[in-house]
Amino acid sequence: MLLIKCPYCGQRPETEFKCGGEAHIARPEDPSALNDEAWADFLYTRSSIKGVLAERWMHSHGCQRWFNALRNTHSDAFLITYEMGKPRPAVDENGELK
Amino acid sequence: MVESNIIRRPVLAGRSALGSSITMTVAAPATRFILRLDPASASAVGSAGGFDVSGPINSVRGSNGKLAVRLGPNEWFLIVEDGEGAALEAAIAASLGDRFHALVDVSHRNTAVLLSGENVVDVLNAGCPIDLSDAAFAPGSATRTILGKSEIVLIRPASGDGWRVECWRSFAPYVFEFLTEASR
Repeated sequence: MLLIKCPYCGQRPETEFKCGGEAHIARPEDPSALNDEAWADFLYTRSSIKGVLAERWMHSHGCQRWFNALRNTHSDAFLITYEMGKPRPAVDENGELK
Repeated sequence: MVESNIIRRPVLAGRSALGSSITMTVAAPATRFILRLDPASASAVGSAGGFDVSGPINSVRGSNGKLAVRLGPNEWFLIVEDGEGAALEAAIAASLGDRFHALVDVSHRNTAVLLSGENVVDVLNAGCPIDLSDAAFAPGSATRTILGKSEIVLIRPASGDGWRVECWRSFAPYVFEFLTEASR
């Protein structure tokens, strides 16, 4: 079973978690100033890359906290998990943490 | 005076099971609270209404039927014997003073199964994938996790060799049957 390291609880089985999609997508400061295209882009356009992606995860059957994770979408390996509000850790061109 | 015709029917009343080296009994009805409190406030007060809220995340503190389980950074699950609800609410609020908090009575939402015996860990691991060995889950540990398809709160008090499985009332028959099957 895949283990995910919750920043609060430590290593836990993946069945306790749920994924909340791509992380670090900031809500526009003034949504009413956006045109439809820009708003649709914020709502729906995601990077969907093959490689290291920052995602939001929630330890729903544990501490019930959201956190961020860097996951390789090709190998399903978690590089690191970090608390909400912290900046995204840098990754080199080989998909390893710097 | 209004005559009360309300009879309390606990969901698993009277049930018990004996597996191989494991004993399962249904815990007596209890008063339960969910306390949401800022971690800084918790470490400042230390205890709230007699509940020790100083423990780290995923620990259980207290004894004498007054358990404080820390489920997350700002969430505590308080369990005490049945019938102390209103007085305790006032006591907890008084000890927290004007510190911002939320206290919710969830007594009737949950029910609990008590497990004891040397095969408890094997039986729980039939449906719960976390490491429950003494090294990883020592007495005094507690956590919200899953058992089969049901969410549970698993509590291993520091004193005694018993384990307590808290689950939602509507999940209780499933949880009890699951544990019974696993213990055969």
